[in-house]
Amino acid sequence: MDNVGMVLVALIAGALRVSTPFLFVSLGECLTEKSGRINLGNEGALVLGAMTGYAASYETGSAWIGVLAALVAGGGLGLLHGLVCSLARVNDVAMGIAVMLAGTGIAFFFGKPYIQPSAPQLPVIPLGFWSDAPQIRSALDVSPLFFIGLLVAFVMTWAFKNTRTGLVVRIVGDSSDAAKAMGLPIDRVRVIATTIGSALAGVGGSFLSLSYPGSWNEGLSSGQGLVAVALVVFARWNPLACAAAALLFGAAGALGPSLQTVGITQGYYLFYAAPYALTLLIMILTVAPGRVLRGMPGELSLTR
Amino acid sequence: MSAALDPVFHDKPAHRALEVEAIGVTKRFGPFVALDNVSLKIRRGTVHALLGENGAGKSTFVKCLLGYYKSDEGDFVVEGREATIARPADADALGMGMVYQHFTLVPSMTASENLVMSRSNVPGIIDWKAERRQLFNFLKNMPFLVPMDVPVGELAAGERQKTEILKQLYLNRRLIVLDEPTSTLTPQEAAEVLGLVRSLVEMGDITVVIITHKLKEVAAYADDVTVLRKGKFAGSGSAKELGPEELTAMMIGEPHAPKPVERLGGPDAEERLAIRNLKTEGELGRFGLSIDKLVVRPREIVGVAGVSGNGQKDLVEVLGGQRSPASGDVLVSGAPYHGGRDEARRLGVRVLPEEPLRNASVPKMSVVANMNLRRFDHDEKGPRRWLDLKGMNERALGMIQSYGVRTPSPEAPIAALSGGNVQRATLAREFDGEVDLLVISNPCFGLDVKAVAEVRARIVAARNAGTAVLLLSEDLDEVMELSDRIVVMHHGEIVHETPGPGADALDIGRHMVGHG
Repeated sequence: MDNVGMVLVALIAGALRVSTPFLFVSLGECLTEKSGRINLGNEGALVLGAMTGYAASYETGSAWIGVLAALVAGGGLGLLHGLVCSLARVNDVAMGIAVMLAGTGIAFFFGKPYIQPSAPQLPVIPLGFWSDAPQIRSALDVSPLFFIGLLVAFVMTWAFKNTRTGLVVRIVGDSSDAAKAMGLPIDRVRVIATTIGSALAGVGGSFLSLSYPGSWNEGLSSGQGLVAVALVVFARWNPLACAAAALLFGAAGALGPSLQTVGITQGYYLFYAAPYALTLLIMILTVAPGRVLRGMPGELSLTR
Repeated sequence: MSAALDPVFHDKPAHRALEVEAIGVTKRFGPFVALDNVSLKIRRGTVHALLGENGAGKSTFVKCLLGYYKSDEGDFVVEGREATIARPADADALGMGMVYQHFTLVPSMTASENLVMSRSNVPGIIDWKAERRQLFNFLKNMPFLVPMDVPVGELAAGERQKTEILKQLYLNRRLIVLDEPTSTLTPQEAAEVLGLVRSLVEMGDITVVIITHKLKEVAAYADDVTVLRKGKFAGSGSAKELGPEELTAMMIGEPHAPKPVERLGGPDAEERLAIRNLKTEGELGRFGLSIDKLVVRPREIVGVAGVSGNGQKDLVEVLGGQRSPASGDVLVSGAPYHGGRDEARRLGVRVLPEEPLRNASVPKMSVVANMNLRRFDHDEKGPRRWLDLKGMNERALGMIQSYGVRTPSPEAPIAALSGGNVQRATLAREFDGEVDLLVISNPCFGLDVKAVAEVRARIVAARNAGTAVLLLSEDLDEVMELSDRIVVMHHGEIVHETPGPGADALDIGRHMVGHG
């Protein structure tokens, strides 16, 4: 197989693999922001989820119990964020940064004993079974979590349009005046949305430690949770667009490693920076002054 | 098909409209008595106007009636029975609802979604096909239509207002309170909406309470009228029998409204404001500004008439420095002007945009701070590093006094003030000091009779003293009354110009809708 082909395969593989944590965190953040709250703490939930998932998988011998543990840990962190933000005069962003630091701190503290041992991994779905080329086979070994994430994106899109719960979240996020007039429990809706959103981020974390190559260490996330928050803006608070954006960022993240596989080592670090450069670029393009952000929930505010 | 889904007009017992009586209702906020022993009767199937100046207690009264506030004393009798209304849900159960001055529709949702979600018994999974059918049946019996599948944030103010009323009817309300329903509407829209309300009342299905300070509306659409003044009952009677003089007297506690001030002298030759070939980018598919030439001279009021949303806001934003033009020149006294703060101070430009709470104040800062926004860092003696808190306080207190701003305290955040008082406070700030060019948008929006006369008098007085005034207003009467010269805006362009005195309103109206 020629080099271009190999890079392409690696990019697709990256899009499928690297995108999964982006997918979960951005969907979680999308849900949270749709309810009118910002949760930067999802980076913390991601790291805590990675650690908890790995630890639970190691202790119980089941990777799926690990995923569940990550979900609970992320949810717990979200609950904390949601509850504290419901207090008067608490700023979402400041609290989110505190939660982010708390989440990573807790994960590092309790994660020390789990850096060495190896835990059971999640199974993969071998979508490359039809091919003889080993590169393609290994590239198309896709984690079931990826498909669960896609499913969540579709369900969220549908729910925001067709369920009472979905519409309630949108009302609370778009106009607290309207929500008050309808007698909706604004704080409760936001706390629940934040908890679920953060639980999704936790699941995204479990992917980091429980999928190939599968290990727990402190540099695992490298800010992917924060990039995912930016993704939500790029995706205009639309879950399906979040999924597409996650795939794009996954591909960008795979650019460095895949070029390396074909022996391009010049400017290596530059290619590794692709997702971050892409984030900057997108932010500059989408939030230029004088432009209105379409689809932004009306209650979203940096200053509350 | 559940009974709850059945639209209002399918089951139609005669006289569904409610009858409500308030007895000795009192509401205090700390030491401040917002409502003092108010009693009134709202008869079945009538339009009852609640009239009064800003801060007279109209909104407080209806909020007590609808359970948003708990009254400290007094009772409400609904259908002859004493009703406990402690929460909005209680009022809801009695069939009473309100259309707020600030809309409570969710901007990103369509009218269909808004209506369905306003119901208290929405199923977990919404069957849009069935809901649409229900809505269609409901709308069939309505005397008016609105676009149901467009996000309501994109509808014109009049359509949103109609959607709000539609929502109340959809919810089977038997008494609807309208809080200043026409304050954001064009004259045509206002007449249409109120005519609709009138016809709904005459069908016997609803009783309507309408909060207003427009005497014309009371005379044309109300059956009964109750006047409140400073939280107290000031009088009531049949709207047909009470004339405007009597009502004004009840509202302001004085027999006569102030007389309009006359324009004296004519414009100078100098071009104080000159706009040439000004263009701005259109936004979200809308047209931008495209003004070939607009000149305002000292001692001249140029009134800009137009249906709202035809570029007036963009023009004010350009002159206020909130929007940069794509091309063209804005000259003030011959010097290029970009709306910066130093430029504005040097050239004596003052801008009062619409919605001053959003566009011209810092909502959470105190009234004193807001009144000093123009000068806190630069006063008579030049730039300041340390704030002169005492001087700021004195200046603000002076303005509060001379403009009659009603505020709980000078230190209260300006967002706590009623709309009219925010308007007064920002006006006071913008009129303060030497003003060479005044750009002012809908200055009387939400003000009462007395305040309107007062504000207009101040604008004319500034003009007589040599200020060039650019007045943008959705109220054509206001433009006609105040302007030396009238221009009409349509789709971002100036399509018509005529001298103010003797201008033909119908002709202007035709240009406003683009039929020159």
